[in-house]
Amino acid sequence: MFDLTGMTALVTGASGGIGSAIARALAGQGARLAVSGSNADKLEAFRASLNGDHVAVACDLSDAAAVDALVPQAVAALGGRIDILVNNAGVTRDNLAMRMKDDEWDQVIRVNLEAAFRLIRAAAKPMMKQRFGRVVSITSVVGQTGNPGQANYAASKAGLVGMSKALAQELASRNITVNCVAPGFIRSAMTDTLPEAQKSALLGRIPAGDLGTGDDIGAAVVYLASREAGYVTGQTLHVNGGMAMI
Amino acid sequence: MSETADRVKKIVVEHLGVEADKVTEDASFIDDLGADSLDIVELVMAFEEEFGVEIPDDAAEKITTVKDAITYIDEHKG
Repeated sequence: MFDLTGMTALVTGASGGIGSAIARALAGQGARLAVSGSNADKLEAFRASLNGDHVAVACDLSDAAAVDALVPQAVAALGGRIDILVNNAGVTRDNLAMRMKDDEWDQVIRVNLEAAFRLIRAAAKPMMKQRFGRVVSITSVVGQTGNPGQANYAASKAGLVGMSKALAQELASRNITVNCVAPGFIRSAMTDTLPEAQKSALLGRIPAGDLGTGDDIGAAVVYLASREAGYVTGQTLHVNGGMAMI
Repeated sequence: MSETADRVKKIVVEHLGVEADKVTEDASFIDDLGADSLDIVELVMAFEEEFGVEIPDDAAEKITTVKDAITYIDEHKG
């Protein structure tokens, strides 16, 4: 089950915490990867740490022209196929709405939502020709629940969900599925440094009683990327220990 | 019948799975040949590949019949 041998995948934000776990999970199931990220050195180091014949393609997702070029570059580097696209890269620019600068709004929407659209639009072409494709975008529990200080981020993540549903309907007849994975609180450098009181308050809201890990997200992405998940499209798989049941 | 017309009709038959004799020059992709909007996008991609032409979106929107496609390609192929 969930064998990805013979499939190729482009993963954005692949050198980050969740992104690297997703990339390792896909590679572990046999997929050949094009990993992308904004920091070329960090990206290359990550690529070299993966076993197998993977490629690194750096890209600044706030640069529209660079984003439009990313899929063609990845397809060329992967030998002419793209089976899986994982829109994982995301940024935050938290601020109360009343204090939020135009630039903080624009930057988050551009990287988290617009870049994902541009990448899916570009990937749809080869996927249509292949009559096969799996698109998985990483959204967030806050796209459903909201979060104070994150009007921009919550909007971008909710936007991914709506966009994915529209694209799922457009592309279903070509055997291309478009889904989202919505992580809850995931263990990271940021959550590790939270004060103890804040951490226990956080855990009190999670029925599973623990934070999630990157591997939990990687496993969800592997499922939605697999051949076996071909009848699942337009969905959001929530991976959050039960903290929000939607 | 021109060589372009033959090749265009062959692509239409293959992509839409229709009988060759239905693919007349006046046939509308959507009304007569049962294509949907995604089929049109695919046909345009196939024409671009077959003839090495670039068909921009605003031109693609005006290609609704087999004849439209043949005319556009004859005018723009190198």
